[in-house]
Parts: sequence; structure tokens; C-alpha cells
Amino acid sequence: MAEVSQGGGGGKSDGGKVRVKKASTKIDMTPMVDLAFLLLTFFILTTTLNKPKTMQLTLPEDPKPEDKLPEVNEKKVVTVILGPNDKVYWYHGITNPEVKVTNYDDAGIRKVLIEKNKEIPGMIILIKPMEESRYKNVVDILDEMTITNMQRFAMVKITDADKELIKESNL
Amino acid sequence: MGKIKTHRTTPSLDMTPMVDLGFLLVTFFMLTANAVPDEPVTVDAPSSVSEIIIPDTDIMLITISDDGRVFFSIDGKYHRQELLGNIGKQYSVNFTPEETSRFAVMSSIGLPIGQLREYISLAPDERKHIKQPGIPVDSLHNELKDWIIFSRMANPKLRIAIKGDGKANYPVVEKVMKTLTDNKVNRFNLITNMEKGS
Repeated sequence: MAEVSQGGGGGKSDGGKVRVKKASTKIDMTPMVDLAFLLLTFFILTTTLNKPKTMQLTLPEDPKPEDKLPEVNEKKVVTVILGPNDKVYWYHGITNPEVKVTNYDDAGIRKVLIEKNKEIPGMIILIKPMEESRYKNVVDILDEMTITNMQRFAMVKITDADKELIKESNL
Repeated sequence: MGKIKTHRTTPSLDMTPMVDLGFLLVTFFMLTANAVPDEPVTVDAPSSVSEIIIPDTDIMLITISDDGRVFFSIDGKYHRQELLGNIGKQYSVNFTPEETSRFAVMSSIGLPIGQLREYISLAPDERKHIKQPGIPVDSLHNELKDWIIFSRMANPKLRIAIKGDGKANYPVVEKVMKTLTDNKVNRFNLITNMEKGS
């Protein structure tokens, strides 16, 4: 154990004098060190390494009744529907859309978004989460927006027409 | 015949540097450790690439559990006391000063205001065994709205954070977000974990 070295010593060597009993100055530090390491283990195990991060989200204000809603060209609109079981449906345009299905992988929705962004100048993405979708899906898709650096996207309530489309597509 | 004499030394090792280092680490971890308040639900937040670290103070935390219950908490003892007073006035429940001070040090709550008083009167370890039903967020009966309004009155600097479980259904999240935007809170934070891998 850790030792406290002791130089010289207290006693006198000439005979006949009162000898001071030499007490060892070594202290057994084992219990203290045991406790210290116990504490060390405890604090290492309870410490949280990565603090939670946060994602800033700014939603638009609800439009007032007198506000005129902007009209957009349907050719610029890509709709992304977050379905159940981590599926992502997407289609381009509004009339007679062709629904396709993909997933949240790197080669899934991200690739679609990058390709479509090249094809369509000023693309607008409508994100429509279905009732069955999970909160994780919403965070994932917002994450993809950050990764692919999309400027124009909106979270919209899903319509019955969209639900019909997905049913018909049978994907 | 000379015998081979083995030179005996006591097998003692100077452990001072190790112990020094040990204590250094203990000190470090003790000082950096922060007590985690025990939350009524454990939430597994989804991961994202976002790297903004959430501030520790002036936070209103809305927790959504995986089964869709909504919990609410704000930090700051005095803000909590003021909040409870205002909430009590609104719902005509008179909280005693003792109840107010007990509420000030509690963790997240997830009950309708009508049941709040009974919950406060419980002992801290009894509270853990109670399954809280969640704060009502329906459009007809929305108590989360009042919690938000009165918290912002108590502490105007509040930032709003939503900590949702990855498995929570979207409609609940939507209701919470709708409540926020209805009350002119258009900017808030979604708490996520660091993306693993990539």
C-alpha cells in the first residue's frame, strides 16, 4: 500500500536512557483506497456521457381568415406520407400521382429527395404523417430535411384522398 | 557447498501514484455529476443529426410517453410556486402554502388538475407507484394549454422542449404541437439523442 516513509527514528542510541517506543507511522490506507475506488466506479457508471441534443423547430402561425393563401404550381409539389411500420410513401404532383414506397434508409427517402431536388427547381415538400406513424418517423423525416438541406417543406394534415391513394397503391 | 541464497524483499509496491490518480478521477466525476431527477416515465427519444445542446435552465419540458400520456414540468422552484398559485386560481382549487412548497420540488406531473391535490399529499415514494393518466390535451378539455399559458406568465424566458418517445403515436404529438401553436408558441425544441454510427 501507499507508504509514508519515515526517516531516522525517534529513539536515542545511548544506553540507559528512557527509550521512546517507536511507533510505526505507516497507516493502513487500504480501506480508504477501497472506498475511493468504490466511489470512482459509482460515478463513472452513473455519469451520462452524451447529453440530449435538441432539434429546433419553428412552425408557421395559423393563417388568419383574411389571409390569402399562396398558390403553388402542382408540378413543384412532392408529397411525402409517413405510413405505418416505418414506410414512406411519396408522389410527385397532385393530379393522377404515382405513389411509390420507400424507407428511412440512406438509399431510401434521402436519395429520392436529392434526385427530385435536382429535377424540380423550387421544390416544395409536403410532409403528411398518417395517424399510424410514430413520433420517431416525424423526427427522422425532419432530420432528412436538414441533411438534404431542403428549404421549403411543410407539415400538413393528411387528407382522406391521400389515404385512398395509399390504399389503392397497395404498397 | 554454498547454497544459493534468494534475496528476499518484501513484495510491497508503491501505490501512491495510482491512488492519486484514483482520487483525481473521483473528484472529477463528483464535480461533473448532476443529479438526474426521477421522472415518472422513461422515455426513449429518437436520434437525430442535430447537435444543439439543450440549456439546463428556463426549460418547459413536455414529455410524451410511448403510450401517449403527456407529462409536464418546468424548472425553478419559485416559478413552480407561482405557476401552481395561478393554476389554482384558474381551476378554483386553493392550494395551501405547504402544498405549494411540496409541488415546487416535484418532478414531472401528468394528471388532470382535479387530481393534483391528492397526488401532492402523497409521500414521494408513494407517488412512484401511481400510474399517472397524463395531462388532458383533447380539444374539448385541454389542460396543457393552461399549464403553458401560466408557466409563460411565471417565467417569460421559458424555452419549450418536447421530449417524445420514439414509439409514441403521431396524433398525440400533433395535439401537443397544435396546443403550442394555438398559444402562439411557434418555436420549440424536440429533444433527441445523438445519432449513433454515421
